[in-house]
Amino acid sequence: MSEPRTLFDKLWSAHEIARREDGAALLWVDRHYVHEGSFHAFSQMKSRGRTVAEPQLTFGVADHYVPTRGRDTGISNPEIAAMVRNLEANTSENRITLFGLRDPRQGIVHVVGPEQGLTLPGLLIVCGDSHTSTHGAFGAYAFGIGASEVAHVLMTQTLWQKKPKRMRITVEGALGPGIAAKDIALSIIARVGADGAQGHAIEFAGSAIRALSMEGRMTLCNMSIEAGGRCGMVAPDATTFEYLRGRPFAPKGANFDRAVEVWSALVSDGDARFNREVALDAGDIVPIVTWGTTPDDALPVDARIPDPARESDVTRANYLREALDYMGLAPGAKLTDIAVDRVFIGSCTNSRIEDLRAAAAVLHGRTSKVPGLVSPGSSTVKRQAEDEGLDRIFRDAGLEWADSGCSMCVGINGDLVPPGERCASTTNRNFRGRQGPGARTHLMSPAMVAAAAVTGHLADVRPLLAGRKV
Amino acid sequence: MDKFVRLTATACPLLLSNLNTDQILPARYLKWPRSKGLGTVLFDDVRLDASGKPRDDFAFNNEACRGAKILLAGRNFGGGSSREAAVYALYDHGFRCVIAPSFGDIFAQNAVKNGLLTAVAPETDIEKVAVLVRADPAQPVTVDLERQAVTCGDISFAFTIDPVSRNQLLNGWDDVDLTGSYREQIAAFRAKDRTLRPWVVPSEKL
Repeated sequence: MSEPRTLFDKLWSAHEIARREDGAALLWVDRHYVHEGSFHAFSQMKSRGRTVAEPQLTFGVADHYVPTRGRDTGISNPEIAAMVRNLEANTSENRITLFGLRDPRQGIVHVVGPEQGLTLPGLLIVCGDSHTSTHGAFGAYAFGIGASEVAHVLMTQTLWQKKPKRMRITVEGALGPGIAAKDIALSIIARVGADGAQGHAIEFAGSAIRALSMEGRMTLCNMSIEAGGRCGMVAPDATTFEYLRGRPFAPKGANFDRAVEVWSALVSDGDARFNREVALDAGDIVPIVTWGTTPDDALPVDARIPDPARESDVTRANYLREALDYMGLAPGAKLTDIAVDRVFIGSCTNSRIEDLRAAAAVLHGRTSKVPGLVSPGSSTVKRQAEDEGLDRIFRDAGLEWADSGCSMCVGINGDLVPPGERCASTTNRNFRGRQGPGARTHLMSPAMVAAAAVTGHLADVRPLLAGRKV
Repeated sequence: MDKFVRLTATACPLLLSNLNTDQILPARYLKWPRSKGLGTVLFDDVRLDASGKPRDDFAFNNEACRGAKILLAGRNFGGGSSREAAVYALYDHGFRCVIAPSFGDIFAQNAVKNGLLTAVAPETDIEKVAVLVRADPAQPVTVDLERQAVTCGDISFAFTIDPVSRNQLLNGWDDVDLTGSYREQIAAFRAKDRTLRPWVVPSEKL
């Protein structure tokens, strides 16, 4: 009998080409996504006089810098226009398929890859973006890398890695109404800390995870990096296979059936050992919001803001003071008393059709008390939402319905939260200045952002869902 | 890539926890080519106040930190975004080593590819060095990668680094050159994998 193996062990060994004495392994890369920010890597490759090793396994997506408004009139900022043009040149010179600014499939790389059927179970997927962990939702080994590694993958289709430890996070039970994958993610991060999963590959397991849609699993795996994890994954199952069937780039016919057979073995063996186990009860999970400047500053929405004066640890007390000062919050205040200036629904974390439906279910027939931006995760999601009439719900509520891109999550396309303003956001990072210099970010689920919009302050979405179909 | 074996230099104490890559290099500088001087905008959003003036309470701004090649940092340094330009900014500013209780995984990986040593050491040991350095900014600190030790005055302690990163830094290995020597194994793996998992090549391209 061979040693019982985790899902991650299986993915790792299926990609190992060679292993050095010091433990580093050379891994084969199945899928490489590049975006405008990959320009450093293309420059490194060019300076060595090299070309892309496997253009057919490499895909470009314009997402980080693309405008979400006024796209038809071109990009007015010359520096941003140059970033988008640079990606077009680098991909076309290297025969890489590009989902560019004008492509009907354009969107955020972590939305487009899955929805086009490029992201599949069992693949090793990399991208020069930390939220590449998203693709682990399909039972893939997916992680973010820096420019030097992007260059290495471009040139060799391989990567040197040391094997991370294995961590299993099990969530058993049923989620209450109005509770979303984002609430699970923030609950986990609050529990283990923003660096709690450092050096680990996370597997999410348990009945509450199995019950999640692919969209929910993607939200959860996306946030793995906010717990410090190297990657996050969910074992593929019928939900995964049904999602993939018929997607444009997914295998077809007998090839698909054969793949499903192989993919079905991508589970942790019953007695496989993990370096660390964490368990949560789904019934305990409530709507969560962040109040501070790291994602583990997350609390149930009915809680109060921590008071540095009551903190015995000096370092922690100092941190609390600085975070509250930046966020413009008073110690001990109720979270639900925090008024917001604007809302944002979008990003690779929460911009898929299910996210938009969840927000629209709250906003339907109501008006937002604050301005806000809704940026669907892809142009495909945008069309689907419009077919379902969701755009009307957002517009009627007073929110702006925009095009797809990374937008106000990272602000480099110019979609910024003004200094000092407070934004209820479906994004992934509440870091200082993340949504713009001086911007104050509160992270939460799409439904909770909608609740903040209609009440004008952080609010529990559950009463707003009474009598509504969700 | 430059080798890293041993370094004696002055150190800058910046013991803030969770100093993520958005803080090390704000996103608006990511469109800059490296040649534009990323080292000059290192820590910009935490270093400067709202009016653009250097903050007195941010140790990095102290005259004493000028010329420091070693950064004494807090827990979870470099977490968050995978932007390698955060490493370029630190390196181009002059840093060659960061000593911290823990690092973001992607940051640590990016650092080693650029010859920047990420030394993991207990917070209490780092704090002791910080005390000496604050008292005398000219106090040299020695980081010895072969011995995996930090010495400063009469303080000495061990640091950890994974053996893979240590090897790469000590030898100044270039990954691409190294991988070149595995060309045959890569080709063999690729050929076998195409028969085992034919669906990996996207169907629209077959």
